Amino acid sequence: MIASLSLILLCQLIGEIAVRGLGLPVPGPVIGLLLLLILLLARDRFAPLARGPLQGDGVEGASRGLLAHLSLLVVPAGVGVVQQLDLLTQHGVAILAILAVSVVVTLLVTVATFLVASRLLTRSDPP
Amino acid sequence: MSENPFALWVYLSQSPLLWLTVTLLTYAIADAVSLATHRHPLANPVLHSMWIIGAFLLLTGTSYTTYFGGAQFVHFLLGPATVALAVPLYENRKVVVAAIVPMLVALVVGSVTAIVSVVLLAEAFGLPRGVILSPAPKSVTAGVAMGISESLHADPSLTAVAVVLTGIMAAIIVTPLMNRAGITDFRARGFAVGIAAHGIGTARAFQVDAMAGVFAGIAMSLNALVTSLLVPLAVTLLVR
Repeated sequence: MIASLSLILLCQLIGEIAVRGLGLPVPGPVIGLLLLLILLLARDRFAPLARGPLQGDGVEGASRGLLAHLSLLVVPAGVGVVQQLDLLTQHGVAILAILAVSVVVTLLVTVATFLVASRLLTRSDPP
Repeated sequence: MSENPFALWVYLSQSPLLWLTVTLLTYAIADAVSLATHRHPLANPVLHSMWIIGAFLLLTGTSYTTYFGGAQFVHFLLGPATVALAVPLYENRKVVVAAIVPMLVALVVGSVTAIVSVVLLAEAFGLPRGVILSPAPKSVTAGVAMGISESLHADPSLTAVAVVLTGIMAAIIVTPLMNRAGITDFRARGFAVGIAAHGIGTARAFQVDAMAGVFAGIAMSLNALVTSLLVPLAVTLLVR
């Protein structure tokens, strides 16, 4: 458990260092995600890597535990926003309406694009 | 024994223990209610935890800085949770690799739609320039969105409000909307909510379906990248 968490933190730490050091336009944890993915893939290829958190269900179990409570993790930032709702007083209704319409449009356009692209792709595949 | 209950309150309200407990307890209750209603969209645990804790802070006159002293331990785990997305991605790699082309097309189209729709609507409503720019990056995670907002000389706090409102609205509306539209492909449903509504949308996707969660996580990560590149471009082209 501790070793698995350490591995996750280590990936994030390297990600943050890479982002700051190289001035990449990506959040550090996203680089950490890529690193952990590469480690997991490399483990299947090279047996000596499969030890500590990378064996059994180590890092997998810890990650599933974190992701099961993803909703909890966004609460503190959300509470900060509740305290700033007065920012909305001036143009509040207009902004709420704009965001709501934009959300619906974005969801529908994205889902439609995904489905159309995936259907075109399967059709162009040789039978 | 404390003779003065007020002194005890002053002590507790300054310690991280109280606010960490309030955060976890409120969420545990909100989550239990959400489970009891079979994850009904309106019983979204993030929404209800937010306003209950917000109201509690208001009633007790507690500043957000004091609250965050305790809540930061929870907030911190967002970074590791993003890294942890590598695991479902790894476990579903075959499905993900097979869908790489639809994902990339939907990423670009969805990201552009999220930005352009909000900027055009704000212009149509005749909002002032500062207010038009602030919600433009609303579909990416708050940290990245506020950075984009700063680089545009917009208002990062207004951006954060737009980010969270967008996330909550999308998390509530996505399930009924997709069911009504008759969309049964959970890869596509998850990907759409990840594009539109970052972590709050992804959290909702994980509640509904594991595969939807994986695709939402990928969409969220990729969109953070694409939106940082697209927003400055869109603003130059669209805002006069």
